[in-house]
Amino acid sequence: MKSWKPLAAVTILSLSAISVAHAGTTLEAIKKNGFIKCGISDGLPGFSFADEKGNYSGIDVDVCRAIAAALFGDATKLKYTPLTAKERLTALQSGEIDVLSRNTTWTSSRDSAQGLNFAGVTYYDGQGFLVNKKLGVNSAKKLDGATVCVQAGTTTELNLSDYFRASKMKFTPITYDKSDESAKSLEAGRCDVLTSDQSQLYAQRIKLAKPDEYVVLPEVISKEPLGPVVRHGDDDWFDLVKWTLYVMVNAEELGVNSKNVEEMKKSTNPDVKRLLGVEGDKGKDFGLANDWMATVIKQVGNYGEIFDRNVGKGSPLKIERGLNALWNQGGLQYAPPVR
Amino acid sequence: MTQPHIPHPDLPPPANAVGAIGWLRRHLFSSPANIALTALALYLLYALLPPVLNWAFFDATWRGDSREACSGQGGACWIFIRTHFAQFMYGFYPEAQRWRVDMLVLLLIFGVAPLFIRTVPAKLKRRLGLGLLIAFPIFAFVLMRGGILGLAAVETSSWGGLLLTLVIAGVGMTGALPLGVLLALGRRSTMPTIQALCVTFIELWRGVPLITVLFMSSVMLPLFLPAGLNFDKLLRALIGVTLFQAAYMAEVVRGGLQAIPKGQLEAAAALGLGYWKSMGLIVLPQALKLVIPGIVNTFIALFKDTSLVLIIGLFDLMNIVHNATTNPAWLGFSTEGYVFAAAVYWLFCFGMSRYSRNLEKRLHTGHQR
Repeated sequence: MKSWKPLAAVTILSLSAISVAHAGTTLEAIKKNGFIKCGISDGLPGFSFADEKGNYSGIDVDVCRAIAAALFGDATKLKYTPLTAKERLTALQSGEIDVLSRNTTWTSSRDSAQGLNFAGVTYYDGQGFLVNKKLGVNSAKKLDGATVCVQAGTTTELNLSDYFRASKMKFTPITYDKSDESAKSLEAGRCDVLTSDQSQLYAQRIKLAKPDEYVVLPEVISKEPLGPVVRHGDDDWFDLVKWTLYVMVNAEELGVNSKNVEEMKKSTNPDVKRLLGVEGDKGKDFGLANDWMATVIKQVGNYGEIFDRNVGKGSPLKIERGLNALWNQGGLQYAPPVR
Repeated sequence: MTQPHIPHPDLPPPANAVGAIGWLRRHLFSSPANIALTALALYLLYALLPPVLNWAFFDATWRGDSREACSGQGGACWIFIRTHFAQFMYGFYPEAQRWRVDMLVLLLIFGVAPLFIRTVPAKLKRRLGLGLLIAFPIFAFVLMRGGILGLAAVETSSWGGLLLTLVIAGVGMTGALPLGVLLALGRRSTMPTIQALCVTFIELWRGVPLITVLFMSSVMLPLFLPAGLNFDKLLRALIGVTLFQAAYMAEVVRGGLQAIPKGQLEAAAALGLGYWKSMGLIVLPQALKLVIPGIVNTFIALFKDTSLVLIIGLFDLMNIVHNATTNPAWLGFSTEGYVFAAAVYWLFCFGMSRYSRNLEKRLHTGHQR
């Protein structure tokens, strides 16, 4: 009774063949469906959330809209799947979604062992501190002996103790399992300082009765680069997602935005001409229309516009550009040239 | 002439033993310990009630349409609930298509109401009940899902809010009760295979938390399915909730079955009734009546457990409230949101509980004390 062995081998081989075949066809499958299946968060201020009319918006949502604009010339050809933190990676691995744009931190294990590819960084986040101005603290280095409100069970807790140990400072943690509670205890004075990812601290600050009395300290104690994720072995699709991000950053650098994109097509700057498809055939390289980059900018905007609209000055959150400024303005946002 | 003895009329009870004072003395100040408890309760009411009332009513903001209207009032901001009310009810169901849901709710109310009116003939009730159990769910699904007969398709992923909570609870309840009865009968069966199967099923599903079931259905199951084959997330949750609750229901019903004396079965057998007839006509009607409190208890637990689907990213009432609190334009009103959700859950659960009391009274046949 050894006849099952070849059979099993054939089964395994054919199964792996199927999965390989499938892996190569994400882009084709999307084109056939006519829409992109985009995984977003189940509610995170500024990143992805639904308003009272049920319309989704946020940075993560805009990334998906930009990809749809690039591929179909129409930023609405999307199907959103709100995902919890626990199911997000499985949803991508199992093919339930085509791209995960859900404030996911780029880490080595996710990029390798989990079979995923990060297409870039849409938001450089990091853990920070929110304190009452009355405390008179202007640096995290002066927080020795402080009582710190922190969310339990996240890496936030680990980073916190690492940071205080490395700086040889003492602290008393008060752990909360829900973020609304931690904002309320900061307000009630049960803790001196609240720690979380900086992008979240700004959202927490709005929840306080007097937001102006609180300030986010400049120190960032962990690296949390957030960006869209696709599956391994899906190079065409990966390139498209990656370059959609680069197009938006390049557009900001070249001063092209959703309002002036038509005017800029008359520009004499060769970089702008290539970006907007007036010169060269950069569309063909991706198998897209020649002006796909212009379409992305026109329908969704450049990186700066997206940032301001969702989390920056034009939004209730009012987050500074900081690390997310362009590379030539003291930030980290840098895109390879369109050439 | 002796006069007939006329007893002196009874004296009225002492003034402090009747009326309001008497009641107070009997119930609130009957012993030093009770006096202390009364004083404590009064103090707690005094300390807690005014702030709660102030927050919820007197200092609350009712008018306006943005968060600016609420700043600096100190009380609840009910505008948040008002602007999001439609979303809390329907979730992301497209506004133009919501008449379908309204129609189904009306249909359900008009369909169910005759079942509760005693003067409606039993035959009509039976037909109506069967129609509601079999035809209505199919009709409701087709109408809500759309995609045929010129109705725009509405994906189940956009069903949400109270609508989704009621769908999950409704399917869970109507599915779990019959399945639970069958499992309970199976567990008491004399056929070893059936008994073993039922025991295994019940113990397996009762032995895991619902949250794990949902999590497995949403996170693990897709990995085992061939790529590209995706079960509807709502369907997965519905199956999970129904099977899970059926296991609990089976044990509740088994409790009722065990309370029926063996003589009833023997009498049924003596009348020449077979297994299904003696169960359906003699044993089950008595057993189910006995366990109404247990069944409703399970239903109420099920209704509240539907909020666990937030772990798999379905937007039931609880999750849609949470989602609304993450809208940057409305940050900081989570208390209002959760109080509203709690009130809705309470309303439904209390309604179920009152109805079950009513049912118990109506079916009361002298076994109660």
